[in-house]
Amino acid sequence: MVSSTGLSSIFAPETTPAQSIFDLSMFVLAITGVIFAVVGGLLVYAVLKFRATRDDADREPAQVYGSTQIELAWTVIPILIVIVLFLTTARVIHAVQDAVKPANALDVTVIGHQFWWEFRYPALGIVTANELHIPVSDPAHPRPTFLKLLSADTDHSFWIPQLGGKTDLIPNHPNTMWMDPRRTGVFLGQCAQYCGTQHGKMLLSVTVDSTEDFDAWVRTQQQHATQDEAVLAGKRVFETTACINCHAIAGTVANGQYGPDLTHLMSRKTLASGAVANTSDNLRRWIENPDAVKPGSLMPAMKLNDADLDALVRYMATLR
Amino acid sequence: MSSDVMAIPDMRAERRPWVETLHDWVTTVDHKRIGLLYIFYALLFLVIAGGEALIIRIQLMFPHNDFVSPQVFNRMFTMHGTTMIFFFAMPILFGIGNYLVPLMIGARDMAFPRLNAFSFWLSALSGFLLYFSFLGGSGLYGAGSAPDMGWWAYAPLTARAFSPGSSADYWTIAVLVSGFGSIGTAVNLIATILCMRCPGMTLGRMPLLSWLYLTMSGLALIGITPLSAAQLMLLVDRYLGGHFFDTQAGGSATLWMHFFWIFGHPEVYILVIPAFAFMSEIIPVFSRKPIFGYPVMVAATVCIAFVSMSVWAHHMFTIGMNSYANSFFAITTMAVGVPTGIKIFNWLGTMWGGRIQFKTPMLFSIAFLFQFLIAGLTGIIQAAVPFDWQLSLSYFVVAHFHYVIVGGILFAVFAAFYYWYPKVTGRLMSETLGKWHFWLFVIGFHMTFDLMHIPGMLGMPRRIYTYDPGRGWDTLNLLVSIGAFIQAIAILIFVWNLVVSYWKGKRAGNDPWDAWTLEWSVSSPPPAYNFATIPIVASRRPLWDLKHPEDPDSRYE
Repeated sequence: MVSSTGLSSIFAPETTPAQSIFDLSMFVLAITGVIFAVVGGLLVYAVLKFRATRDDADREPAQVYGSTQIELAWTVIPILIVIVLFLTTARVIHAVQDAVKPANALDVTVIGHQFWWEFRYPALGIVTANELHIPVSDPAHPRPTFLKLLSADTDHSFWIPQLGGKTDLIPNHPNTMWMDPRRTGVFLGQCAQYCGTQHGKMLLSVTVDSTEDFDAWVRTQQQHATQDEAVLAGKRVFETTACINCHAIAGTVANGQYGPDLTHLMSRKTLASGAVANTSDNLRRWIENPDAVKPGSLMPAMKLNDADLDALVRYMATLR
Repeated sequence: MSSDVMAIPDMRAERRPWVETLHDWVTTVDHKRIGLLYIFYALLFLVIAGGEALIIRIQLMFPHNDFVSPQVFNRMFTMHGTTMIFFFAMPILFGIGNYLVPLMIGARDMAFPRLNAFSFWLSALSGFLLYFSFLGGSGLYGAGSAPDMGWWAYAPLTARAFSPGSSADYWTIAVLVSGFGSIGTAVNLIATILCMRCPGMTLGRMPLLSWLYLTMSGLALIGITPLSAAQLMLLVDRYLGGHFFDTQAGGSATLWMHFFWIFGHPEVYILVIPAFAFMSEIIPVFSRKPIFGYPVMVAATVCIAFVSMSVWAHHMFTIGMNSYANSFFAITTMAVGVPTGIKIFNWLGTMWGGRIQFKTPMLFSIAFLFQFLIAGLTGIIQAAVPFDWQLSLSYFVVAHFHYVIVGGILFAVFAAFYYWYPKVTGRLMSETLGKWHFWLFVIGFHMTFDLMHIPGMLGMPRRIYTYDPGRGWDTLNLLVSIGAFIQAIAILIFVWNLVVSYWKGKRAGNDPWDAWTLEWSVSSPPPAYNFATIPIVASRRPLWDLKHPEDPDSRYE
């Protein structure tokens, strides 16, 4: 994401599911590492030790056809390793997938679109896009977030490596996942399942807020859009062009469902699902010709004249 | 034994017009010529799909690179994947099998020579159909040329709403037709191996290569059928108003995933079992020992084939199957590691105590063992389902399966080329060029695919056409791309070696490697119909028996 740099390593877990995945991966890497060292070592030894030399080039070595004992040994030992690996794996699968949702959990519905994310908080009456806000979950008083994953069009996949594994968003196939981040911060990810032309710029961030910050954020997001007389001209442009067919701004006539909700556009750090930073310049560029910012995105160019475009951008800038 | 077989003398006294030569090749039903047609055809597509890979790698060299548009990038990875699997890997393995199997079991041709030709020409047609999409894919919509929905073509991206125009149809029909070709060749190989063996060659005395091709063909019959069915269903969806995969009308996206991967996973073994086959012939010869544990190798292969039919959903751990389904596919996937491990151990056992000769085929074989070991272990890693929730759909997976397909299968194919080229042409390939090819390819391969695991673990998903700087992916992607170019240079050396050695190579004679299977008993290149008198064998290594009458294998088997 342009606004923040940082790694999104799977080896820096920040939630219970991500942590149990991390622990399992260390165990699996250790076992496979030992297997690699042993078998790879034997291979190197064999290559070095049994190379043909000038002296014995003409003689054939002893012709050995096999050995039942040895075959048995290298069948049974791998079977035992597989059993151990499987039991460990099954335990983590169960712990992550079959976790019971506590009563105080926050519910968020994530809907994948070509090529952006819609987030709905049904209990809070909030609709936003691309930048998910969730509360931190103090291990002493856990408050996990449970995501319901849906898709409006093609397959997508929700992946924030530090917060957990990925789960796909598939049309007609609701999925769930959960996360209980232990610390506040911004965590990056992006769509992991190929979903069409702009799969590459379907970025995603999760902001983990302290309880107070989250509540404050919720209160702001629940407000209707600000009505500023000074930018009425821009508002009129918005309401009289096709913008409202796709976008909603709470408190106005705009109630489109196809594109991101813009009620609090300026509370977001990026535009076009992380494609560019949310600045006035970028916003103008984006509205003028979306293809220049994110080629293949589904937002059409509105062919506005410069005056209308400036007015519109000034209006959008008030949507805090 | 047929050591007294003579090459049929070359009867072509004067130069014939090229039209006649062309006519001979087009109308041939000879298994060796069809095998070669398959191989030429596959090499052509190797170069094309390799070029597509280079375009992908140039685009990803730097963050925010704009060498190609996202639309072109998506077409490139779709065509690269589809081409490499269906139009390089399958045909080259079928081609080599076509050439070798009758020779190795002492037969004069395949069981159904005309079906053989028909199957090849179906495959050939399908490859050209796929590439015709660059011209005809836009259809009436001007919707863009070649298919861009990824080589799995997940629903609902293939629905008309998301793939207008005809490119998806060219993809579907190309895969369908190539599937028919593969089924024809698989039937042919099974019939040939079961019915055409020479006297004395019981199933237990067949060269392992025949056993492995028998298994692979059976797997192809089982795997390709559901894929063909799914393609027909997709065509019904697109043109006859069906709703199998049309999620807008209540269809199921996951149904396509199951159909695709119930083909897709056996497909991995359809490709890798022939690679095992080459290893099982080449490693013994250059270790100067018989294969260690022949019956166990056969059993392990058949076991792999069976288990590989129950692992398909490990490609789908992120789609939200329940914990029982996830656990089931974890255990089956891990279980397939056991017979695969047994095979690696038996190849090691074959080398153990041998006198290893480091000729180019053996170099590629040793690299195969090393790389296939790593590929197998990263496979086990991904069978640990929760770990796969992180790794799946990331560059880690891309690195893993290229490790299997390039580090395993392609290295084995190179080994096979260096090993059997003298039989096919009568001349040895250059060892010097071979070693250049080998070392450059090893360096390029490891630079590309070792490093490619890392961005995956740092959160880089596959199939993205560009990325932001500062995620820790930049340097790695640059190095990965440089490695790809080193591999490309190595491939050019290989192709050059193939060409020059045809005219300038050292004369090979019948048996340049002092090997033990029947193909080395006939002239190089083998005469029409292979054997003037059908050989009779008494052991798994008929030529060993012949060369060591005092100590024949037949005494121990």
